Amino acid sequence: MRWGVVVFPGSNCDADCYHVIKNVMGQETDYIWHQDSDLSRFDAIILPGGFSYGDYLRTGAIARFSPVMSSVIDFAEKGGLVIGICNGFQILLEAGLLPGAMLRNKSLKFICDSVYLKVKRGDTPFTNRMREGQVIKIPIAHGEGNYYCDQETLLRLKQEKRIVFSYCSQQGVESTAFNPNGSVENIAGIINEKGNVLGMMPHPERCSESVLGGTDGRYIFDSMLEWLKEMGEK
Amino acid sequence: MKELTYREMGLIDEEYAKIKEIMGREPNYLELGMFSVMWSEHCGYKNSRPLLKMFPTDGPQVIQGPGENAGVVDIGDGQALVFKIESHNHPSAIEPYQGAATGVGGIVRDIFTMGARPIALLDSLRFGELDDDRVKELFSGVVAGIAGYGNCLGIPTVAGEVYFNSSYRGNPLVNAMCVGLVKTEEIALAVAGEIGSPIMIVGAKTGRDGIHGATFASEELSEKSSEKRPSVQVGDPFMEKLLLEACLELIREDLISGMQDLGAAGLTSSIAETASKKGRGVEVDVLKVPRREKGMTPYEVMLSESQERMLIVPRKGKEERIKEIFDKWGLDAATIGRVTGDGMFKIYEGKQLVGEVPVAALTEGCPVYIRVGQEPDYYREYMDFDPFSLPQTEPREALLKLLASPNIASKKWVYSQYDYQVMTNTSVLPGDGDAAVLRIKGTSKGVALTTDCNSRFVYLDPYKGGMLAVCEAARNLACVGARPLALTNCLNFGNPEKPQIYWQMQGTIEGMSAAARALNTPVVSGNVSLYNETAEGAVYPTPVVGMVGLLQDISSRCDMIFRDEGDIIVLLGRFRDELGGSEYLYRCYGIEKGKVPAVDLDEEKNLIETVLSLNNEGFIKSCHDISDGGLAVTLAESAIKGEIGFSVDIDFKGKRLDGILFSEAPGRAVVTAQRENLLALQEKAAYMGMQVQVLGTVGGPDMVFRNSGQEVLRISLEEASLIWNRAIESYMK
Repeated sequence: MRWGVVVFPGSNCDADCYHVIKNVMGQETDYIWHQDSDLSRFDAIILPGGFSYGDYLRTGAIARFSPVMSSVIDFAEKGGLVIGICNGFQILLEAGLLPGAMLRNKSLKFICDSVYLKVKRGDTPFTNRMREGQVIKIPIAHGEGNYYCDQETLLRLKQEKRIVFSYCSQQGVESTAFNPNGSVENIAGIINEKGNVLGMMPHPERCSESVLGGTDGRYIFDSMLEWLKEMGEK
Repeated sequence: MKELTYREMGLIDEEYAKIKEIMGREPNYLELGMFSVMWSEHCGYKNSRPLLKMFPTDGPQVIQGPGENAGVVDIGDGQALVFKIESHNHPSAIEPYQGAATGVGGIVRDIFTMGARPIALLDSLRFGELDDDRVKELFSGVVAGIAGYGNCLGIPTVAGEVYFNSSYRGNPLVNAMCVGLVKTEEIALAVAGEIGSPIMIVGAKTGRDGIHGATFASEELSEKSSEKRPSVQVGDPFMEKLLLEACLELIREDLISGMQDLGAAGLTSSIAETASKKGRGVEVDVLKVPRREKGMTPYEVMLSESQERMLIVPRKGKEERIKEIFDKWGLDAATIGRVTGDGMFKIYEGKQLVGEVPVAALTEGCPVYIRVGQEPDYYREYMDFDPFSLPQTEPREALLKLLASPNIASKKWVYSQYDYQVMTNTSVLPGDGDAAVLRIKGTSKGVALTTDCNSRFVYLDPYKGGMLAVCEAARNLACVGARPLALTNCLNFGNPEKPQIYWQMQGTIEGMSAAARALNTPVVSGNVSLYNETAEGAVYPTPVVGMVGLLQDISSRCDMIFRDEGDIIVLLGRFRDELGGSEYLYRCYGIEKGKVPAVDLDEEKNLIETVLSLNNEGFIKSCHDISDGGLAVTLAESAIKGEIGFSVDIDFKGKRLDGILFSEAPGRAVVTAQRENLLALQEKAAYMGMQVQVLGTVGGPDMVFRNSGQEVLRISLEEASLIWNRAIESYMK
């Protein structure tokens, strides 16, 4: 199994993702420079967090034009696993791999904290090691994580059960009171129609080792690995 | 552009005369500008150099002491920490967002200039009282600026401090510290290399921003200071991130013989500093410097403080490879001159020589002033004030006032704006312990980081206050399980030409030196920021101490959080009741006077050793030192963080209740232990000659204090928690 971590100028969680996949999980992992376009050797692609191209225009808005992104789109169309974390999620939205857009946090401030997420699906490639309704604790760090989409899209997301994570209390109560950024329907993460592309604002790579105070992030990477293994066997 | 006179550039008549003597002629405008920035206090340390010599700077752990871009200490396994703290006070007073942002940018460049990967940022901030709208604006602008720059760079901001006191109203203090990790063999120094070596400027293009920033930083702030807004640089963290990655690639490939960032005084300073290390000379052509604006004069190019630029001296034949790397990151890399052997700094505009100054005249030639200090009038008067001449404040009311004090209350409003977890090393998070702890990937080690200074103590007694700043930093590191290694400092004072201010500087540095020697924490880097004054007066003398410590085993890290019902609460150290200079006096009476608590360096050292030993033995579950707000606040904070109450019973032995509860006397910490470990803890502490007092137990919904069985204070955890958590937020709505 080979994982690729895309590096845009301004990515800053690339090394963190690489570390978890390579050193903690012991998987083959490579960095992919934003000007590379050959993704044929990879089984899963991570778009990491950061401030790609400085995010000067709009978060993720310039990254989508980089050579690697057209390859990521092809890769996703062929069914490859793609996870976009934080700025990576924003890039997936800009690239049209996921619907919707990001607004500035309701507080208009950058927020770094730990939040609780409710797992809404236990049967995706990213969540198969969790059960529906499970609550996980996970760090966030963003200034623009206020997910927005129109009513029609929201209805579709709900009908197609594509909301994978939503902000909630420690006990699992979903409410705006526990939503750090004001996102519509307390959305923290969504998948595409085929279920092979996940975008999420929280950072699973920041809670995949006990020395960092939590390991719930491992559920997500372990799920992906599990799914890749199963696919490999088929 | 209107030409400035030498006085407007901040030089005095005697200094101008000295320049003429060195040059043997009148300097031209460019040369004069170069002298004025290099001879400013900010670059030349002309008022502080003799005092700084008092600091201990050696130790077996020290790889590089003061004199380079940052200090370096050994942490074993061929690894070292590179760190330094620096001020950006005046720019932040005028333009808080950009001032603070570029402060972060500057200190980060100091660290990667040494070849180190920056792994953490800390910020020590001071503002006026929060009920003032201008102060709120400065506070939120500074915090946003730090966040905007540091977050984008992907370097976690893991610790720091924020204080509010009216002395900082017009002149906030913004001190940024950066810590980097480097393989010992990859440490890079600012050395000019061989004669004939090219000199390159890399990174951002040069514009007209920040001209005379160093001069501006070396004078008092006045109503006219806002006119200096063009002296404030503008930061581009994305550019810095690219520059950081590109420069570290140069080091990894061993392509350079010297590297120096462009900070205060821009090209002038970085070239002079680089050349002076080996007595070299330099020739540069200003036309070769990539520019952002048209029509810039040599004077503007040489004095610009445009951010995100770096000077490098390539190894022989490596220029092309360097250009390739910078090209990959989309950055400029231009050869602008070469190293010569004649010790002269020659500036050309194309073929024409437009300025020529001896390098040494700019650096070592900077005048030094040994001034005479004078004890200020307030010193003895304030020291004679007896806090016990005041009636006691009702203890419940007092504790609530302290928990609501922005100096004590939760700083979450601040640190939640900082990305403190990027790089996935932060193991003790902001607010959870007395210092931040970071793991070092690939090892079992951890490092602990803190900044500290109680400037009220320093104001009331510079010598003791200086000692206390060092002691508190070392104590904080021990409380998270780390052995203190070395320190950096940022000395923020008023105008040194005033004898009373110079007296404060002298006493402070003497006190810091004594403590640094006793605790074996040498000074390896630092920065001096003087002229922190407005028409309302000088800021409190504020010698911020940034200290690093080492945990051999990260799994032994300790935080301040009360854990389980039934755990025993133990005070390490004596009950003390000195209230001079305490937050209690300030919040309950509006008084900032009294005798600063006694400092016993042996006692402090013993506390540190005892805490480290108890922690290594696994006897303690939490540890929190006693500082701002005293014993009562220490207990309350641990309870609030643990979301569990406590009950303590203290025998006051006739002493005043407020003294025991709110004294900020040093050399003490509160720890918790499982009941089974209590005896072992007591025996170990006794063996180390440390006094211990069992105070009570963790548990229950309230915080309860008793005096020999009789309840004297009870506050529900819920109420205390709400007040402590919301205090700063409620000012900032």
